[in-house]
Amino acid sequence: MNLKVKIGSLELKNPVMTASGTFGYGEEYSEFVDLNDLGAVTVKGISLKPMEGNPTPRICETACGMLNAIGLQNVGLKIFLKEKLPFLRKYDTKIIVNVLGNSIKEYVKISENLDGAGVDAIELNVSCPNVKKGGISFGTDGKMLGKLVSKVRDAVKKSVLITKLSPNVSDIRDFARIAEDAGSDAVSLINTITGMAIDIKTRKPRLANITGGLSGPAIKPVAVRMVYEVYRTVRIPIIGIGGVMNADDAIEFIIAGATAVAVGTANFINPSATKEILDGMVKYMELENIEDISSLKGTVGVE
Amino acid sequence: MVEVNKGFDPILKRAFSLFRRTSDGFQILYRIIGKGTSVLRSMKEGTEIDVLGPLGNHFRAPKQNQIPLIIAGGIGIASVFPLIRKLEGRAYVFYGARTGKELFMLDELKTISKELVIATDDGSAGEKDTIIGVLNKFLKNRPSLIANYSIYSCGPRPMLEKIAGISAVHDIKAYVSLEENMACGIGACLGCVVKTVNGHKRVCREGPVFDIREIEW
Repeated sequence: MNLKVKIGSLELKNPVMTASGTFGYGEEYSEFVDLNDLGAVTVKGISLKPMEGNPTPRICETACGMLNAIGLQNVGLKIFLKEKLPFLRKYDTKIIVNVLGNSIKEYVKISENLDGAGVDAIELNVSCPNVKKGGISFGTDGKMLGKLVSKVRDAVKKSVLITKLSPNVSDIRDFARIAEDAGSDAVSLINTITGMAIDIKTRKPRLANITGGLSGPAIKPVAVRMVYEVYRTVRIPIIGIGGVMNADDAIEFIIAGATAVAVGTANFINPSATKEILDGMVKYMELENIEDISSLKGTVGVE
Repeated sequence: MVEVNKGFDPILKRAFSLFRRTSDGFQILYRIIGKGTSVLRSMKEGTEIDVLGPLGNHFRAPKQNQIPLIIAGGIGIASVFPLIRKLEGRAYVFYGARTGKELFMLDELKTISKELVIATDDGSAGEKDTIIGVLNKFLKNRPSLIANYSIYSCGPRPMLEKIAGISAVHDIKAYVSLEENMACGIGACLGCVVKTVNGHKRVCREGPVFDIREIEW
């Protein structure tokens, strides 16, 4: 049985990875999952300087999902390289670092440093809905996105370049195409969908940030649809994200056109979710007589 | 973190404090406040649920020369209860709620506390006062021992904030167990942070118990 997949030039031992922001820096989960089992670990978004994040409440449960507005709290590039990356290097898994900046210059600087430090892939975070500056403004403005991706492309030598797309646009295919044309090796989708919840007693928003990003099974059909659409638009590999809770969900994304899947909210509910999803995929392949996971990719039957 | 549901609605585990160990497990004490706890209550006896824990830190018992004052507001009693038991009759316990019906474990609390002071907003049990009111009275009546007091508390945030004030005014050491919305419980989601003098800290990991002077109220 072959579970190996390729994201650009990066070979993953299997298609199960983690979604940025849901897996900390990997160490938080290391007592629940053998990180060696995972195709890749994508760590929390890293900015140039440490970020404090948003005030609380930062999360709120919704039907079949949750809203979050963490605001990209992270240790910053320097501490990441010094304290967090060495831990991950001990494992036989690929390391993907989610990168965010307030300007193209910042994105380039962080990416250059990570590339120099030898991380396997860089995922450009242009789709976080919870911070005012940077982030999503790149992901929802095609011109800016093209410029950003090509500048980072020029600066990055070895690391594979992934662009994480926002679903909060009129047509995600346009942005996937722009990322591909600008030199991105892959796209990951979707980031969270902007949402809001109100406490009807206090008549106040349930999140201090007012709005937040919706994740979990509630958004899976949207994500599957977008992966399906993007698969028919670009040639670069797609990492499917959005409400992957079990192996069936992961398989569904692959059939829609994803090369790999990233597990997000499920990690919060069950810290061993990634491994269980992988095991379930193997079982499915045995049952369905599938020799190579890649043979499933994009096989959704539409006339 | 306790699973309250096998399906996806509600989807998240709920954070509870370990209320009491039993011979074959442990108990939690909870109040029904929303969807999660309602579903939890409707569960049939014998249902298997997933539990992740114990997580985070806990109250540290005070030294022998210290006089522990334990202050619980509402369901906050659940998180200080193990400490009261551990202290075996050494603790002065102040326990308040909106109404007498919301007070639990009173008989046992009486036997395991040095002194149990009850207050309710409506006066249906104990004194008709807030728990802060009765605490202030207590401190006023026994000022000579203030240097030996240490406070341990769990309850609504406004109550804890007032305790922070009392702790500062009288220079009494105080520790509080905090609550925040939590998703993962293991320090990854950063949903449950609290603002401290040393930046954001995670209630699930560095807490839930904090030195009261560390918190930015």
